[in-house]
Amino acid sequence: MQVPAPFTYERATSVEHAIELLGQLGPEARVVAGGHSLIPMMKLRLARPDALVDINDLGAELAQIRVDGDALVIGALARHADVLASAVVGEHFPIFHDAERVIADPVVRNFGTVGGSLCQADPAEDLAAVFAALDAVAVLRGAAGVREVRVRELHVGPYETVLAPDELMLELRVPIRPGGGSAYEKVERRVGDYPVAAAGAAVWLDGDTVRDVGIGLTAVGAEHFTAPAAEEALRGQPATEESFQAAARLAAEHCNPSADQRGPVDYKRHLAAELTTRALRRAAARARGQEA
Amino acid sequence: MEVSININGTAETHDVEPRLLLVHFIREKAGLRGTHWGCDTSNCGTCVVWLDGKPVKSCTVFAAMADGHEVRTVEGLDQGGQLDPVQEGFMECHGLQCGFCTPGMLMTARALLDANPDPTDPEIREAISGQLCRCTGYENIVRSVRWAAEKEAGGPVTESETPVEAKA
Amino acid sequence: MTTVEERPHTGFGRTLRKEDVRLVRGKGNYVDDVRLPGMLHGALLRSPYAHAKINSIDTSAAEALPGVKAVVTGETLKGLGLAWMPTLSYDVQAVLATDKVRYQGQEVAFVIAEDHYTARDAVELIEVDYEPLPVVFDAKRALEPDAPVIRDDKEDQRDNHIFDWESGDAARTEEVFANAEVVVAEDILYPRVHPAPLETCGSVADMDPVTGKLTLWTTSQAPHAHRTVYALVAGLPEHKIRVIAPDIGGGFGGKVGIYPGYVMSIVGSIVTGRPVKWVEDRAEHLMSTAFARDYHMRGEIAATKDGKILGLRVKVIADHGAFNATAQPTKFPAGFFHVFTGSYDLRAAHCAVTGVYTNKAPGGVAYACSFRITEAVYLVERMVDVLAYELKADPAELRMKNLLKPDQFPYTTQTGWEYDSGDYPKALQLAMEMAGYDELRREQAEKRERGELMGVGIAFFTEAVGAGPRKHMDILGLGMADGAELRIHPTGKAVLRISVKTQGQGHETTFAQIVGNELGLPTADIEVVHGDTDQTPFGLGTYGSRSTPVSGAATALVARKIRDKAKIVASAMLEVSPDDLEWAGNRWHVKGDPEQGKTIQEIALAAHSSLELPEGVEGHLDATTVYNPPNLTYPFGAYICVVDVDKGTGAVKVRRFIAVDDCGVRINPMIVEGQVHGGLADGVGMALMQVMAFDEEGNHLGASFMDYLLPTSLECPSWELGETVTPSPHHPIGAKGVGESATVGSPAAVVNAVLDAIRPYGVRHADMPLTPAAVWAAMQGRPIRTDLAIP
Repeated sequence: MQVPAPFTYERATSVEHAIELLGQLGPEARVVAGGHSLIPMMKLRLARPDALVDINDLGAELAQIRVDGDALVIGALARHADVLASAVVGEHFPIFHDAERVIADPVVRNFGTVGGSLCQADPAEDLAAVFAALDAVAVLRGAAGVREVRVRELHVGPYETVLAPDELMLELRVPIRPGGGSAYEKVERRVGDYPVAAAGAAVWLDGDTVRDVGIGLTAVGAEHFTAPAAEEALRGQPATEESFQAAARLAAEHCNPSADQRGPVDYKRHLAAELTTRALRRAAARARGQEA
Repeated sequence: MEVSININGTAETHDVEPRLLLVHFIREKAGLRGTHWGCDTSNCGTCVVWLDGKPVKSCTVFAAMADGHEVRTVEGLDQGGQLDPVQEGFMECHGLQCGFCTPGMLMTARALLDANPDPTDPEIREAISGQLCRCTGYENIVRSVRWAAEKEAGGPVTESETPVEAKA
Repeated sequence: MTTVEERPHTGFGRTLRKEDVRLVRGKGNYVDDVRLPGMLHGALLRSPYAHAKINSIDTSAAEALPGVKAVVTGETLKGLGLAWMPTLSYDVQAVLATDKVRYQGQEVAFVIAEDHYTARDAVELIEVDYEPLPVVFDAKRALEPDAPVIRDDKEDQRDNHIFDWESGDAARTEEVFANAEVVVAEDILYPRVHPAPLETCGSVADMDPVTGKLTLWTTSQAPHAHRTVYALVAGLPEHKIRVIAPDIGGGFGGKVGIYPGYVMSIVGSIVTGRPVKWVEDRAEHLMSTAFARDYHMRGEIAATKDGKILGLRVKVIADHGAFNATAQPTKFPAGFFHVFTGSYDLRAAHCAVTGVYTNKAPGGVAYACSFRITEAVYLVERMVDVLAYELKADPAELRMKNLLKPDQFPYTTQTGWEYDSGDYPKALQLAMEMAGYDELRREQAEKRERGELMGVGIAFFTEAVGAGPRKHMDILGLGMADGAELRIHPTGKAVLRISVKTQGQGHETTFAQIVGNELGLPTADIEVVHGDTDQTPFGLGTYGSRSTPVSGAATALVARKIRDKAKIVASAMLEVSPDDLEWAGNRWHVKGDPEQGKTIQEIALAAHSSLELPEGVEGHLDATTVYNPPNLTYPFGAYICVVDVDKGTGAVKVRRFIAVDDCGVRINPMIVEGQVHGGLADGVGMALMQVMAFDEEGNHLGASFMDYLLPTSLECPSWELGETVTPSPHHPIGAKGVGESATVGSPAAVVNAVLDAIRPYGVRHADMPLTPAAVWAAMQGRPIRTDLAIP
């Protein structure tokens, strides 16, 4: 079996402690939560942190899922399984349940965390597209204090985020607005595989008009996992199949997929359009209360 | 570093490197070799054990992370020599062939039935979908779990045409 | 009298497996579970390049790492004459590379350390100066004049050609094709796949420096063959080698060959004087151990306009990788591919196979292939559907029209096989009834009207298993006969010793059932010993579905020897002539007087007693035998798969799978069904997701379970099984074997179903695996080559 290179291990007892440890240990230290992205990379020796700061004991502070005013708050340490099981999440944003059902597998979902997935910044990460579609805000804390970053600005490239080495993601805040519906559509070669392509959509309707819309795309080279041109074009349009398809075409045009064994570029671009259309369709149906 | 993990009710305390994987702690330090490993990438699920009551892939957890926590493995399934119904179910319904994925499958099956005593076939399939089996095509694993569920419910259990001798 | 319920289980029928008692408790004993005092741990350094010259290797940093005991390179082995080892196909393979590396993942150096983690750290510290060479990554280009020569280690090897082999009558086939009303050709790839059992390969070698005896615990499906090969490789005396194959976590043909890692664990133990364990990781397993298939085929089928199939012709380029290490009977370099005439009555057939070297791992015959019958069945079953496409014929009707008829058996094929028995139309008819075939076609027509894609795929297969008659079949000169040894202890309990080795098939149960069936002994009273060369008779092991056809026959026959001897003992006990005795399932009794009899248990005790036996009859109740099969056995089956295809994404969902198998007499139906289930999942996997592709640099694009995808519980439907029983006329219990039937038959059914679904797009053929991308690309008329990097 492949095994990681040596490192030192520290267990954080509080958020302050974790940040302090990260500051002390320097830029080659990494936070480990669920570890289901990081540890396989370490075993393959593609990641070689000098030190790990284990934050699994910080559940009371970081694993909550709750509604706070007009936002759904998901703690960075919430496990995928917790999100999937959460009624309040499903009530406000069924897109999470759509996505979580197809993220990895049930056993991985028991330990893998929301924050870990986002901070790994894999270009095929499902939740990056979901939070981008919902225009959520990530709350980060470092030695310098707390700051908020739109998820749409969190990722600066494959496996790269704006987090400073001593910064910890605390939670994600998703604004709750009336009249909305959301959905996620993914094509994978097999259950548990990374997506060939996937699209998430959130739609807010005024009658039959699209008041606002968020589109998230993953695995297709969409900048910041978003499709702003398509969103712009769809706002104020009638919530019809024609407008969805037109927006989806725009979304696909702005993608920059690369070929790999999951498929050639033209297929992935096709999927970007197809899945965006499907996600918009289902999100709108949910906004109308027509579909669970 | 010293790591102490309660495995199947027994405290296992060993001086280990921080990088030691939980699966190796269980197999090499605690000497419980019923838990297997089959890949490097958290895909196969042969290493599934319970960590604080939930199935996890023990190849993707450092032993250090489990320090002070509780682990349950296949060796902890039977109670005083009495097989757990999921173990019986796997025997009754031919839910295993080479036996390599079996310990992980059993742990997931036990967790499923604890959370959902009467699962549908699709729910069983979903629960084991992160664990590969190369022998059974999954059909008999699904039947095995259902057999255990029915036995625990006290309801009709798939009739075994087999005398008990093979269980000796 | 005991009632049926109280009587202990004997003989055939469903019974729980003896193996499970330990396996469900986590008390199995797999190679990685073996612990010996003082045991060291080995790890291999493997090449990152597919083709490169080795200029130098610097092991000093690795050797300096605390905990490292030794680092062995090819140069070290060269001094011992061990740098190269013979393969099972009369080629040689590098144990550790000396001159150059020839595939990505090839073994370059071996580290022995106090623990596994240290060994892995040391591997990273070895510095190798490689000089990359051009790579042959595409079998179709291996024979081009400017292709780099991979095997320049071999004298007289000037290209990448390994062999040409053919079967059938070329001239007659040409004549049939020339005069046929319809001829259709298709290029069909059976891509490189891997059996990928969940347990990787490994071994623990313990060379006792005092006695000179080597004990090797290893993942071997063929422990006796391994012992002999080690004796030949290392020059060790064969009686000083004991090979133990403990519990095996799946083999599927991947644990037949001998890998450099096994040899290195032995070398490591010799060098250090301590036991050495080596267990490969998943990437190593997928990159270096025996792959399967990689057959690039051009098939042609000739028929009349009304659908009478007349002839089949196929040309194959067989990619054997960098060393020719396929494990099949010597006289058949393309295995049993020439059974590609399938289940049909043809006038002529011809195949020509060319084997080539490429910069890929060696292997080829693995993964439940019955020596290439997977490729053969896939070819013929695809070609029949291609013909159906052209003739606009229903694929079920077309098959029914051309299947062999029951009165044609025994049937000699156009390539010289004698099929032993069968009723093919009955099996297909049953499968169609179970599927509700006509209703499915109606549903499909309605769905097509609505623009929805649904497909029904059929495959009919004839297997050829139980290799084999020693006159025709050997591996490295070792004839393919298997021994069995049976001892009945004084109290009537039995120990059966067999040469084959379970990897999950349940030999400890079914072989006890065979003895029980012959002698009337309870299954529980029969212990089956296997997997230890010091304790079992010689035989070639378990692969090619040969355990039941060969060793099962040996077991039945050795039990009959016991029964015959028991008759003599009983005659002495009852003081009657043996001719006056009659067998009654579990006892000999006097003809016409059932009260006057002795059970096998009573006879066993008497055989060990002071009872006076007839002149020349030895005491005790033991027997041995060696079974040399007179012919192969020919299981067959009819499979129907139903799929739904998402028009917008190309994603395939297998909705139903109906499998009717005829494997002759079933010893334990529960185990037979389990074998079929597993093989059907293989078919879904190969048809839809499993593939090992290579890019232009020879990089392996499927070297982990993230990239080499195996089906999960959610891709597999609930299998629907049916059976017919046509006993083998030449097998002692009429059994034919079943281990590989479903893996052989199912891929074509799934592929045929998907192609049936997308027929409205004018697609006649597309290669496996039919991932969403591959299906969509085929629907656009731009099929992708699945064995290469997707551009």
